[in-house]
Amino acid sequence: MVSSEVHPALNRTADGGRHAARAARKVVLSVEGLRTEFQTSDGVAIAVDGVSLEARQGETLAIVGESGSGKSVTALSIMRLIPSPPGRIVAGEIRYGDLDLSAISEREIEKVRGNKISMIFQEPMTSLNPVLSIGRQMTEAIETHMGLARQDARTRATDMLRRVNIPEPDKRMRQFPHQLSGGMLQRVMIAMALSCDPDVLIADEPTTALDVTIQSQILDLMRDLQRDFDAAIILITHDMGVVAEMADRVIVMYAGRKVEEASVAEIFAHPRHPYTRGLLRALPVLGRPSSGDTVRLEEIPGIVPALTDLPVGCRFAPRCAFATDTCRAEYPPLEEKARGHLAACWHADQIAGT
Amino acid sequence: MSTLQHIAAEQTPEEEASRPRSARWRFLRAVVANRGAAVGLAIVLVLIVAAVLAQVIAPHDPMRMGAGPRLAGPSLAYPFGTDEFGRDILSRVIHGTRLTLQIGTIAVGISLTAGLLIGLLAGYAGGWPERILMRSVDVIFSFTETLIALAAVAVLGPSLTNAMIAVGIAAIPFYARVTYGVTLVERNKPYFEAAIAAGAAHTRLIFVHLLPNIIPPLIVVATLGVSTAVLAAAALSFLGLGAQPPSPEWGAMLASGREYISRAPWVMIFPGLAIAISVLAFNLLGDGIREALDPRQRKE
Amino acid sequence: MNNTDNGAETVLQVAGLSKVFPVRSGLLGRGGEVVKAVDDISLTVRKGETLGLVGESGCGKSTAGKTIMRLYEPTSGTISLKGQDITHLRGRALRAIRRELQIVFQDPFSSLNPRMTAGQIVGEPLTIHGLARGRQKADRIAELFHRVGLRPDQMRRYPHEFSGGQRQRLAIARALSVEPDLIVADESVSALDVSIQASIINLMMDIQKEHGLSFLFIAHDIAVVEHISDRIAVMYLGRIVEMGPRARIVTAPRHPYTKALLSAVPVPDPNRKPDPFRLKGDVPSPINPPSGCTFHTRCPLAFDRCRIEAPAFREVGPGHFSACHLDIAENAP
Repeated sequence: MVSSEVHPALNRTADGGRHAARAARKVVLSVEGLRTEFQTSDGVAIAVDGVSLEARQGETLAIVGESGSGKSVTALSIMRLIPSPPGRIVAGEIRYGDLDLSAISEREIEKVRGNKISMIFQEPMTSLNPVLSIGRQMTEAIETHMGLARQDARTRATDMLRRVNIPEPDKRMRQFPHQLSGGMLQRVMIAMALSCDPDVLIADEPTTALDVTIQSQILDLMRDLQRDFDAAIILITHDMGVVAEMADRVIVMYAGRKVEEASVAEIFAHPRHPYTRGLLRALPVLGRPSSGDTVRLEEIPGIVPALTDLPVGCRFAPRCAFATDTCRAEYPPLEEKARGHLAACWHADQIAGT
Repeated sequence: MSTLQHIAAEQTPEEEASRPRSARWRFLRAVVANRGAAVGLAIVLVLIVAAVLAQVIAPHDPMRMGAGPRLAGPSLAYPFGTDEFGRDILSRVIHGTRLTLQIGTIAVGISLTAGLLIGLLAGYAGGWPERILMRSVDVIFSFTETLIALAAVAVLGPSLTNAMIAVGIAAIPFYARVTYGVTLVERNKPYFEAAIAAGAAHTRLIFVHLLPNIIPPLIVVATLGVSTAVLAAAALSFLGLGAQPPSPEWGAMLASGREYISRAPWVMIFPGLAIAISVLAFNLLGDGIREALDPRQRKE
Repeated sequence: MNNTDNGAETVLQVAGLSKVFPVRSGLLGRGGEVVKAVDDISLTVRKGETLGLVGESGCGKSTAGKTIMRLYEPTSGTISLKGQDITHLRGRALRAIRRELQIVFQDPFSSLNPRMTAGQIVGEPLTIHGLARGRQKADRIAELFHRVGLRPDQMRRYPHEFSGGQRQRLAIARALSVEPDLIVADESVSALDVSIQASIINLMMDIQKEHGLSFLFIAHDIAVVEHISDRIAVMYLGRIVEMGPRARIVTAPRHPYTKALLSAVPVPDPNRKPDPFRLKGDVPSPINPPSGCTFHTRCPLAFDRCRIEAPAFREVGPGHFSACHLDIAENAP
């Protein structure tokens, strides 16, 4: 595959990332030092600890992590959807335009939510109101945020449904959530999320609950729509395969902190944090065993630390094969180890060489 | 799972060395962590003590007529006053505690045992037994409990014992329903299927797997049920169908005190308060037990 | 599918197995509508072999696994374990063969009785089948704990004190305790984080080699299935649409559904050239399956015959079977 060829399905060059244009892409949302805590019966759980990120127009930023990484909480914090109590954003700035989303009032954030920054969730079945028709739910958002009259809103909504490849959109407008399948509902969610022409779309595990053949349809759709709407997508997922297919840039989170950030090609080719490296080596890769490569999956021993009882020093050290006393004593700073590639590890260079 | 449940679930550490190992102790602490439940528990303990030591702590003989002046108001000698026969109300209330607790335990005992058997059998066996049993339960359930209790007493004859039995019988459908529901839930859980897959026979499935898991929610229901039973029996006694005079049962005391409500309201007030406080105490305790069981289950 | 193929004996043989569930409607529960959750499947598992059963939600793979375990009553067909017909066994006879056939479920949280200790859970099958008592039993349990990577001093702990991955190890230890011939793994790693998944997969493969176990590995993740299986069977709407040696299925699938499934899996390699072989629409309702080939409504290669006639499950290569009117390998552009 010639590296400068742009593959239509991917809309990016084969080496991953829109290299030339990237620096020029406008930053539409930036998060700086976000810290979100939860009060639990076992103490204070620091779910997100000093996370920063930038979402750029037309680019997909993937946030990858397993349970307890804080990836979902980061997304919910941006949308100010953290239930308070017991959760609270205790520090950080979330810049959207002139606004700091972490500081504005509830009324002001309501104008932004669903309008300029919208979110789709993992479970389409429970994200929609079961007693309201699809049409009603869609037009509500459009009327509120775009100030359109009922009839115009309906037209726009029906158009959106058509855009997400839902057959017979007029019929669907009158139907209720339980009458649609999971894949269909997720398309409705996407349609709703894009109906007010947002700058940022946050997708929290949008395809995890769907069958893989449906998942591929939804991911194709999201890629197409991103091209048309030129929106920034923040994609939360635990699936490295989805990351490879969708992302331009990747952030890896562990126990509430960002441990690595790089372009998608770099993350896969040269991971610089032992956790990322471990994750990649733990994955079964389709086709590899059949081609005679009987590689044993690499295990990461131990479990994620409790968020109420985090270790001093590097949080991954208890599970890390490369850990030294320095690692256990002091938390490594998140630093640029190569161009556009950040990692929080004392031995990042050593890892990159493996 | 919601974000919070996710965070809570991840708290499970590999080591749990420092926590006190006894599950019972931790459970008790969880119960009293809820202040209402702590109050409820305290009152229930007081009631138990009063019931057990009634002979010792009651200042006068509850049955002795003319121990004091008739219809005398609360005083130092008679803190709750006296009734129309000159009996000390305080002593009667204290002795009545014994009867109240008897009602609570015996009535609930009857309904719980029978209800458990029916619900468990229906839930476990399925098929025809399930249909017959639960339809019958539904039919009986359609008559209100009070009606059934009245009918039972009418058949058996008015007495406190018969009232207890009647109240117990009347509540059987309720306990059967609850047990049935819980049995179905547990029966469909993978651990139950795993036991079948391991080759467990009926006895083991019921006693080792089902019962230990359906009993905790039943404890909650039963504790709350005590207060219902107490009220129901008091109501029957109030109607003259339960405890007969001169029994110091609180409901009966309410009934006989009715005529004097304007002249000597204390004759009704104190037994009435006793009923209310006991009912409240058992409710609070039941709620506390439910809460203590609930979040632990979600954590699991 | 004969009894001693390649010298390895057949441990499990399933022929024409169906499982039908009534869909309740009407007062007396007699509605007439049924769901054919499992529709006439046949498969074989040899000693020491893993057969992967893969498909999406609603394909009937879990139901198939549970029916084979006799947790459900088969509606028709036969199940043979080491030559013995176990399809209609009941009572004591059924309980006796349960020694040979064990299962590990998907949800590590609810597949262990919360009121029993870890040691009691793992030792239960030993108690049931009277295989060990007292000191001997305790030793055996300790040995099992070791084998699955847990510390025996945790025997007295309760399930909620363990993590998800550890609970799944307990479930595996329990299954292993009676030294079964076949273990059905029903989505056993699907509920685990990727980093934990790897250790459980490795554990299962290790114990398989050590004990000469057979696995019926049921999952929706074909990458995991490929890693652990020797042979793969693909299910759609209750039927097996393709079955064969792992390498053939993954590199040269003969059924359009298999091809679509493989192409849909997101591969963790940004340089991989995508090969979109996309399906149309959604999975049809199992209550009212499409006529002819049940897959035709979504198949990009469907033609007239597919609507009318259900294709036969025929051999398309050595040990490789597929149910399609087309042979897509022949017709590939």
